[in-house]
Amino acid sequence: MMLTLVGLSRGMLADVARRARGVGADIVVRPPGTSLIGLSSAPMSEKMVDFLRRQPHVTHAVGSMTHPLSGVTTITGVRLKEFDEISGGFKYLEGGPIRNRDEIIVDNYYARQNNLRAGATVELLNRTWRVAGVVEEGKLARLVIPLDVLQELTANPGRISQVWVKVDDPANVPKVIASLKDQLKGYPVYSMEELTSLISVNNVPGLRAFITVIILLAVVVGFLVVFLSMYTAVLERTREIGILKALGASPLYVLHILFRETLLLALAGTVLGILFSYLTRWMIMSWAPASLTQVIVPDWWAIAGAIALGGALVGASYPGWRAARQDPIEALAYE
Amino acid sequence: MSEEPIIRVRDLRKIYRVGEVEVHALRGVNLDVPRGEFLCVAGPSGSGKSTLFHILGGLLAPTSGTVIVGGHDLSRLTDSERTALRRRMVGFVFQKFNLLPTLTAADNIAIARHIAGRNHDNDPWFREVLELLGIADRLHHKPSKLSGGEQQRVAIARAIVNHPAILLADEPTGNLDSQNSAAVLKILRDLNERLGQTILLITHDPVVASYAHRVVHMLDGRIVDAEP
Repeated sequence: MMLTLVGLSRGMLADVARRARGVGADIVVRPPGTSLIGLSSAPMSEKMVDFLRRQPHVTHAVGSMTHPLSGVTTITGVRLKEFDEISGGFKYLEGGPIRNRDEIIVDNYYARQNNLRAGATVELLNRTWRVAGVVEEGKLARLVIPLDVLQELTANPGRISQVWVKVDDPANVPKVIASLKDQLKGYPVYSMEELTSLISVNNVPGLRAFITVIILLAVVVGFLVVFLSMYTAVLERTREIGILKALGASPLYVLHILFRETLLLALAGTVLGILFSYLTRWMIMSWAPASLTQVIVPDWWAIAGAIALGGALVGASYPGWRAARQDPIEALAYE
Repeated sequence: MSEEPIIRVRDLRKIYRVGEVEVHALRGVNLDVPRGEFLCVAGPSGSGKSTLFHILGGLLAPTSGTVIVGGHDLSRLTDSERTALRRRMVGFVFQKFNLLPTLTAADNIAIARHIAGRNHDNDPWFREVLELLGIADRLHHKPSKLSGGEQQRVAIARAIVNHPAILLADEPTGNLDSQNSAAVLKILRDLNERLGQTILLITHDPVVASYAHRVVHMLDGRIVDAEP
């Protein structure tokens, strides 16, 4: 559970970062007071795009608007011609660019999850859209429609969520950022490297706390599972423990046997957890690739193992103590 | 016999407290067992023979009196010292065999060596004992695949694997048919005669008692007579 949830957190953030990089911009300008993973709609004027285009060394600037749908799914509006210029355009796997106002572009993950093909229809924002094209994932968003259509549907005319900026030479990025920060007080201005590095568990409000709670839950569940299974094992093996004690086994010897079994249980649990994280990733990629993204987190295997072992040893302590001090005569008489 | 007896019991008393009631299980038992003797303690249920068995085996502390086994006064030993005594000096054979069901016969024997810290010993004497017990070809079977007689022979092998000073057997034929009972008793007598193993056997069956060198009878927590 822990490995899957950490993998999900990282995977979804990595997916956001990959799609941001896929735009091909060098700089991102966001509205004041917004978080890195913004699902809010459009607090910034579209006039900002023109302002940015006029700046020295800026070759392209394109605004986009992100609007939340359900869960973590969003739809993005962008002026496609301008977006193609900055990004090199989408790679169409089926169909082609949007030609009408009721058309939508979806990426292959969303298409797979919803059984969509070019020419199919999909219900979103209380209207029916025709899928103009299915594009390769990893660029801007999973669902893309013209910017003016999204602005109209969400009653946000002339508003956007962020501006993607490309400069003439990567060496000029720091200079442009410094200039923009000077002129746009309060607006977060990030280089693309900075933005993608900031998209992490620590910078998403509440995510670190969420993971901590999940880890604590895993420890408690692990403790209870081991406690109950070891307690049951000690009860079931009362007679066997009595035999060992009659043969001269010390309390430490009995404890050693139980803790060795606990260690095996924790190791087996860790290995199963690792295998389970591969299974959940496969299930997510098969059934919900657009909604969720999970990565395998090998750097967490040792942490998860240590947590499992700690919980298991604490869980085995009382049953172990009980077994170690069992009276051999009573234990041998146990049926 | 001038040699010091391997078991010396003097005025042994054991009182169990059940709530407010005191139950006098042993009421001043005196007993000497010379090294190499095959002794039978006979008596009806409730006579105190099992309590005597448990005290001599270091499973139970006496209330008063002196119990010396192999030079160690059990009445002065702590729990952990009695545990060590069981490991080194006493072998148990129980009526219900008490083999560990998940282990093979070989592992049931090996675990006694492991507990005694002798698991790396290569003991040629033990091969001879396995032949004597007739279980050399049954060692890789689990208890559930062995007959009652075979299980008890594995239990005997486990009891003597660490060369105990005394072998305590509590109704060892109680769960066996007459044929297997005779086989097990013959093995115990062979162990005594050929290897000099001191054996203290508890039973209420006169036929079983007849295999011993000497029989003492218990009644109401006392030894009431002794046959030479």
